Amino acid sequence: MVILNRPLRLIIATFLACLPLISFANGENDSTHVQTETVVHEEAAAVSEHQEGAAHEAVSQDPKEKINAFIDHHLQDSHDFVFFSDEKENAHYGFSLPVILLDGGLKIFSSSKLHHGEAVAEVDGNYYKLVHGKIYKTDAAGTINFNEHGHPENEQPLDFSITKNVVSMLFVSALLLLMFTGLAKSYKKGPIPTGFGRVLEPLILFIRDEIAIPNIGEKKYRKFMGYLLTVFFFVWLLNLLGMTPLGINVTGNIAITICLAAFTYIITQFSANKDYWGHIFWMPGVPVPMKIILAPIELLGTLTKPFALLIRLYANITAGHVVIMSLIAMIFVGKNLAADLPISLGLTLFISVIEVLVAFLQAFIFTMLSSLFIGMAVQDHHHDDHEAH
Amino acid sequence: MEKLINDFSFGLFFWQAIILLILILLMVKFAWKPIVQAITDREEGIKNALDSAENARKEMQNLQADNQRILNEARAERDAMLKEAREMKEKMVADAKNEAQVQGLKMIEQAKAAIESEKNAAMAELKLQVSTLSLSIAEKLLKDELSNTEAQTKLVEKMLGDVKLN
Repeated sequence: MVILNRPLRLIIATFLACLPLISFANGENDSTHVQTETVVHEEAAAVSEHQEGAAHEAVSQDPKEKINAFIDHHLQDSHDFVFFSDEKENAHYGFSLPVILLDGGLKIFSSSKLHHGEAVAEVDGNYYKLVHGKIYKTDAAGTINFNEHGHPENEQPLDFSITKNVVSMLFVSALLLLMFTGLAKSYKKGPIPTGFGRVLEPLILFIRDEIAIPNIGEKKYRKFMGYLLTVFFFVWLLNLLGMTPLGINVTGNIAITICLAAFTYIITQFSANKDYWGHIFWMPGVPVPMKIILAPIELLGTLTKPFALLIRLYANITAGHVVIMSLIAMIFVGKNLAADLPISLGLTLFISVIEVLVAFLQAFIFTMLSSLFIGMAVQDHHHDDHEAH
Repeated sequence: MEKLINDFSFGLFFWQAIILLILILLMVKFAWKPIVQAITDREEGIKNALDSAENARKEMQNLQADNQRILNEARAERDAMLKEAREMKEKMVADAKNEAQVQGLKMIEQAKAAIESEKNAAMAELKLQVSTLSLSIAEKLLKDELSNTEAQTKLVEKMLGDVKLN
């Protein structure tokens, strides 16, 4: 085995050493190809302003810019479910989702009318256009006024569309209901679950024994189990859904994490007991001037806790998506496929494995911190200690 | 930060809030409550079963200790009984021996006495027989002696002679 191993290692080492020699930076064929592609795109952009944004597209000459735009687009929510698209033919494969706008009355239409931002949709005499994943009100010609930062200045109607993320959430919710009502039913047959429930039950026990009971306490944890369990599985499944080739970035969306954190915040505030408020507005055991100074700080502290929650989840998931997308993009940026492909795939695989861990970890941390904040709000303080001061 | 605010979509927030709220309510009603209840019930069942097993074990131990005690008592009792029986037997044997000895002695005494009396009787009989026999012999002798007068006179003379000597 040792004898066999050595030449194998040697071969791999020589292969790796030779990699830079074969991976030159000047792949002539590729660059011309890309140029023609961008020319095509410029033409397309000239004819009808592309979803990527005309201003953006005109500036971007190299694939790096394009990839950045693509990653940006991926990270955002979208009004249609596109599995993949063909740039040359400008065709998108997927399905449209309903658009619901609140603009002087309810406007409901299919997102196919927006043509991925390539056309102006006319609904009841109003004109709408999609720019950078957002719907703007426009005129029949579809003029969009950009400010100096490249942001559109047109009026934005209130957008309640069933977007890709909403569909994903509905899918995950349905999945959760299906899995756990199944588990609940299996308990009717006997005390030990069968089949898939065997996988789910330890997770529930984990949430209860490792998160809820240590942080909230044996007596009060039951009231919050429903929320903690739902949020844990919801976030975890959404994180994992982001790891699928569909690449739906739900939990890396700031609105989602804000909503989740808001739920934790509201539950914390509404379940808080007298002691909690006492500690915020009139900190016991310190002099009166300090009490006055501490009150706003403590009040701010209640807001920073959920803020930390929402930023942590958002940043972790977004970063994971950006890294994976960038590593995959190496294949397209690099000029030598033979050299770039294994490196890109290897690194992507490595980061993906880490991301699967992160998907669990972030769901765990979110649940953990939520239960910690709830626990802080509901815990009983020892009054004797404070009176002794 | 500007990008974050720009990315925030109120519609998504709205739908998320509604979906999450409904999901939590549905999950609590149809999944978490029965699941947590079932798990708690099961854990309590296991705890009870363990407790009762422990109790049964202790009871068993007590029972075994009792059994051991009873066994020991029985053994001691048996030993005592055996000892008593042995003693009784020895005593009986000794008694019997004594009695037999006494009886034997007595019988021997009696036998001796009987033999003595028999012997005495026999002697008396013998004496009687001898006297009658000697009398008859003497009678016969006398008859013979006194049949002739000479002899008789001789005898008388002899006798008289004796008397004179006296």
